[in-house]
Amino acid sequence: MFEIAGRPLESRLILGTGGFRNLQVMAEAARESGAELATVAMRRVDPSARGSIIEVLEGAGVEVLPNTAGCFTAREAVTTARLAREALETDWVKLEVIGDDRTLLPDPAELLVAAEELVADGFTVLPYTNDDPILARRLEDAGCAAVMPLGSPIGSGMGINNPYNLRLIVEQARVPVILDAGVGTASDAALAMEAGCDAVLLASAISRAADPPAMARAMRKAVEAGYEAREAGRIPRRLYARASSPEQGVAELPSSP
Amino acid sequence: MTVVVLNGERRELPAEATVAMAVDLAGAPEGGRGVAVALDGEVVPHGEWATTEVRDGQQLEVLHAVQGGA
Repeated sequence: MFEIAGRPLESRLILGTGGFRNLQVMAEAARESGAELATVAMRRVDPSARGSIIEVLEGAGVEVLPNTAGCFTAREAVTTARLAREALETDWVKLEVIGDDRTLLPDPAELLVAAEELVADGFTVLPYTNDDPILARRLEDAGCAAVMPLGSPIGSGMGINNPYNLRLIVEQARVPVILDAGVGTASDAALAMEAGCDAVLLASAISRAADPPAMARAMRKAVEAGYEAREAGRIPRRLYARASSPEQGVAELPSSP
Repeated sequence: MTVVVLNGERRELPAEATVAMAVDLAGAPEGGRGVAVALDGEVVPHGEWATTEVRDGQQLEVLHAVQGGA
């Protein structure tokens, strides 16, 4: 169990809901993932749309975490967060302020401004950030409830591109560190947990997998395994072998035919 | 008649229209659960929809939650 802003969470996997074929597959995957929180985006009402994601997530026992996806400026992101608060009655927000369409990397300057404004306005701010230890520190100093560095660009499935930076972020952070974006498969999620992250947030790795519910199950196990391995204390890496069978009592046997 | 830009489209509302009428016109579910409105970029709280008038040329964004997020 860990806590974000004083709120206990059993699951260290947070689900993004983007990319699922339909709400039914999303609900199945949500159940298999064990996630207690799932991100949603705010978009224009579409009278032709069928089904409410809020009701489906509620049915799966998952709480919504609105994001500010699609925002390129602090101003847009702050307004979007306020709209989400009004629509969904939560003051938690996954803050995203994107710098360009090709990489979807965060715009650090706008991100920090938006984080400061939203914290001042009473939000619990979970910022999607670059894997930059200094920016992570600035976001924490601004009052963010967690920092969520990317492993690699959203939807790229490249895993953790800069383990060194992630290590520095984890080492210094006094708030939870949640790896957000870039996970491609289970080993990436396990690695993030072994590296000291408190949780992993992912969407595409599950939603765009050939079998999303099966991948959701795999991700749940990977996050648990990575966390438990970290707590268990891994052996140090060595250059040479270290025998695991006793060196005494070895039989003397003919060594050549 | 009041002409507004509602979710990016020019739409007509009666004279002395309110935000609540615009929300209905946008196709939001009855009661507007899970819906939020920005009028010229400012959030209008749910409790003020029925009493907030909209004027010609104003821009309304009527949003709800959809699948999204990495």
